[in-house]
Amino acid sequence: MSTTADVHSLWTAAADIHLAADAIQAPKIEYAQLSPTLIVLAAAIIGVLVEAFVPRRARHGTQLALSVTGLAAAFAAVVTLAAGGHATTKAQLAAMGAVAVDGPALFLQGTILLVGILGVLTFAERRLEPAEKGGTLDSFTAQGAAVPGSEDEKQAVRAGFTTTEVFPLVLFAIAGMLVFPAAADLLTLFVALEILSLPLYLLCALARRRRLLSQEAAVKYFLLGAFSSAFFLFGVALLYGYAGTLNLGGIASVIEGGAQLTPALADTTGNDALLLIGGAMVVTGLLFKVGAVPFHSWTPDVYQGAPTPVTGFMAAATKVAAFGALLRLLYVALPGLRWDWRPVMWGVAILTMVVGAVVAVTQTDVKRLLAYSSIAHAGFILAGVVATSPEGVSSVLFYLAAYSFVTVGAFAVVTLVRDAGGESTHLSGWAGLGRRSPLVAAVFAVFLLAFAGIPLTSGFAGKFAVFKAAAEGGAGVLVVVGVIASAVAAFFYIRVIVLMFFSEPKAEGPTVAVPSVLTSTVIAAGVVVTVVLGILPQYFLDLAGQAGVFVR
Amino acid sequence: MSFPLLTATALVPAVGAVATAAVPAARRTAAKWLALAFSLATLVLAGAVLARFDPGGDRYQLTESHAWISSFGVRYELGVDGIGAVMVALTALLVPFVMLAGWHDADPLEEPEPNRRWRPTQGFFALVLLVEAMVVISFEATDVFLFYVFFEAMLIPMYFLIGGFGDRAGERGEDEAAKQRSYAAVKFLLYNLAGGLVMLAAVVGLYAVTAGQLGEGTFSLARIAEARAAGDLAFDPTVEKLLFLGFFLAFAVKAPLWPLHTWLPNAMGESTAPVAVLITAVVDKVGTFAMLRFCLQLFPGASEWATPVVLVLAVVSILYGALLAVGQRDIKRLIAYASVSHFGFIVLGIFAMTSQGQTGATLYMVNHGISTAALMLVAGFLISRRGSRLIADFGGVQKVAPVLAGTFLIGGLATLSLPGLAPFVSEFLVLVGTFSRYPVLGIVATFGIVLAALYVLVLYQRTMTGPVRDGVRGMPDLRARELAVVAPLIALLLFLGVFPRPVTDIVDPAVRQTLSDVHKTDPKPDLTEAAK
Repeated sequence: MSTTADVHSLWTAAADIHLAADAIQAPKIEYAQLSPTLIVLAAAIIGVLVEAFVPRRARHGTQLALSVTGLAAAFAAVVTLAAGGHATTKAQLAAMGAVAVDGPALFLQGTILLVGILGVLTFAERRLEPAEKGGTLDSFTAQGAAVPGSEDEKQAVRAGFTTTEVFPLVLFAIAGMLVFPAAADLLTLFVALEILSLPLYLLCALARRRRLLSQEAAVKYFLLGAFSSAFFLFGVALLYGYAGTLNLGGIASVIEGGAQLTPALADTTGNDALLLIGGAMVVTGLLFKVGAVPFHSWTPDVYQGAPTPVTGFMAAATKVAAFGALLRLLYVALPGLRWDWRPVMWGVAILTMVVGAVVAVTQTDVKRLLAYSSIAHAGFILAGVVATSPEGVSSVLFYLAAYSFVTVGAFAVVTLVRDAGGESTHLSGWAGLGRRSPLVAAVFAVFLLAFAGIPLTSGFAGKFAVFKAAAEGGAGVLVVVGVIASAVAAFFYIRVIVLMFFSEPKAEGPTVAVPSVLTSTVIAAGVVVTVVLGILPQYFLDLAGQAGVFVR
Repeated sequence: MSFPLLTATALVPAVGAVATAAVPAARRTAAKWLALAFSLATLVLAGAVLARFDPGGDRYQLTESHAWISSFGVRYELGVDGIGAVMVALTALLVPFVMLAGWHDADPLEEPEPNRRWRPTQGFFALVLLVEAMVVISFEATDVFLFYVFFEAMLIPMYFLIGGFGDRAGERGEDEAAKQRSYAAVKFLLYNLAGGLVMLAAVVGLYAVTAGQLGEGTFSLARIAEARAAGDLAFDPTVEKLLFLGFFLAFAVKAPLWPLHTWLPNAMGESTAPVAVLITAVVDKVGTFAMLRFCLQLFPGASEWATPVVLVLAVVSILYGALLAVGQRDIKRLIAYASVSHFGFIVLGIFAMTSQGQTGATLYMVNHGISTAALMLVAGFLISRRGSRLIADFGGVQKVAPVLAGTFLIGGLATLSLPGLAPFVSEFLVLVGTFSRYPVLGIVATFGIVLAALYVLVLYQRTMTGPVRDGVRGMPDLRARELAVVAPLIALLLFLGVFPRPVTDIVDPAVRQTLSDVHKTDPKPDLTEAAK
């Protein structure tokens, strides 16, 4: 089916060009406005070259410096753009309408870049694995291509190979994530989706320990991800059939009935069946990425199997990017359809909150627990999405910023708790952690309390913002369900705290590795952001509030 | 700008908590003294609040108002009325005693070899100060959101106090004790968190209503009262009832009111006596206080609508708590159930909607705080001597430790509201206030007093009189530190028992204000009836 749709669209594109032959102009690219993405892409490409030309010994340091510099420069570019008014008064479409440079895009890009920097720092951590022969090891396999347990693998380990490709890979993923919430037409959105997904599939497979689990996670993620991409693409084709354009704003104006019809598509344009089915399929593709029920089933397996630094980065940044794209799609392309999608999103939000919270209660693995918790949080964020108001947008933006830092920090703590087999993620191993390492346990408790939405943490401010927007948007029922789900969720966060502080440590239990300055920075940043956003959120709420309007 | 006295009363213990937590592991004793010093400084500040408070002045005094989270319409607004000022003073008064009584509570957790990271003593005292700071600010907050933040946040330090420093007494073994303790802590947290989250929905709802009608959401009591007086703000009756229920549920869990009380006996039974005092005498008072301040003020119509049900629940609490107290075999659980009964009286007084009832209820909060503290702390001293909480393990204590027995008796008599001791006045006021409007409930509630006499006297008889039991023989009497805890509390009980005026004078104007919020006046005495 999708091939016919593709052919169909190619043919019409050709017809378009023919009709408008004399109107062809050289494409105008606003390089300055696209600079954050371009900088990250450039850094990624240089990273590939570094892999090829820099001696193995120097690669790790070079890659780390390059990635952090690139991301920081991109962040500086975002700040410059925002300070120059591109988030508010000068918001516009760039690159011939393919990419939007507006408030939500810049806010989310800034968040993704900061989270990306923290993610890269955890990727580079080499102090946690017990070093063999004086070498230092990171969380990634010596050689991704070597079969687990094979002679090849042993050789690679003995030779001290390291997989420094992870740095360019993560940079490519970040570049995709930067475009994802900013994409103003469906094709750009799809390209961004693939750019961000493919490196992540690879990264998931690169764990140093428990490689089979890691590879299984990657395959699951890839297969389900490919499936959802297909859905997405099919939906794009149907929407094109409906509107005769891939542009989000264009689709909106066709829905509102104010647009010119493309003669070639006169038969299908305005066909509501195409619109509804296409819209549903595109939204499905995005809901898969945010991990909303019923498209959540990959989350726990992937979160558990992937190397923990990758999980932390992915859990935070992918969610930010995907919610950005979902918001833009629903608010820019489909606002005229909101009476159709709102009830559906209500249902999805309620299901997501309830299933995430309830299933999390039975989990015994920290990473799976955090995975289900991320599902529940996706539900809370969806409650803000259905508000369909500027407050809804800004509350979602704020929630995403708050949530992503907590997530990165929490997974960074997970990397520290280790036993002989690597990370000890089974909850029974965490018993008595508070007695053995009060500081680490206290920090993790802060993150858990933020997840639970206890006041004076960023989680509470975010939750309140989202619920407030939902209540004002007339979704009081969602608030009540959200509150009940929060109570259920609180139970399992508290259970971990109980385990850490009030259980006797096991004799053979895991130890807490002392991290290098890299991971310490990440955790400290997580705690600071969690507390500051909890106690003094006003500045950031203002920022999110100013960024709450999409350009069309 | 004047000195922010109210902020200081909350900030001093908060700073104290941080300072105490920072004391190095080896300097345990210094940490204790430091914490005590901070709590005494808070007491001085609370005294200053009382001294500066003018009962004839504005409704809320010593007010502070700053922008906090303007996106949510939240302001950092503090102010005390008479009730708030008295509650702040009660909190500040009790905390030093809690600390003194719990001077050695964290010792069993200390490890024999020095451990730089493990500092339970510092943790215990820091947590107590943190709870104090949060309780104080929730008595002072006149912004609903600000109140909510600390109302919820105080659960966390409280939770660690219950679960981390529980009662190690008994023959059940450390494993079983740890299990019970963490069960109690989790139960405490989940009940209160669930109540609090329901309240969160109501807080969000309040925002939606004010934002819808005033153009911008607000949580400020003053702003809401103003808008209401000007006719800009009027709650839809259904919405008002729902919001009232959201708030009330949270406060009823905290207070605790039957049938939401079941966490209290667990929490008080498993925690150490000083922490139990902190729960029942300090933290739980926020629940009853908040009913007065928020439920009645914000939702007068719904309060009136709910009154019959609340009153019945209160009377059930009184009788149920008292009956279960009679049947307890465990001293601390007995006191916990007695508290459930007493909280029933407080709620009864509040919702009787008469000035005697509400003044009595406020006075009751103070007196219950002091009397329960006295009884529970002495009980704690008793339990730590014997290593058991079971009543059956005691007997004849008055022969070996007469001072302990004597103070226990006074605490007990205060609990059963013996005339001459402070709780009598408040209980009498509550009953009079109830009787003048709801005679039947007043009569039924009186049975609670009869039962109180039963459980207190039987407790005393079984533990203190009779032949000296084996485990009791050679039991030391109260030490100087312990006496320093109990003596001032008993003196206060006696003083307020004969001369409650200082408290009632401060409280009265606030009560009249609250009654005028709910459009209630005291029922006139029926003179024709009296003339016959």
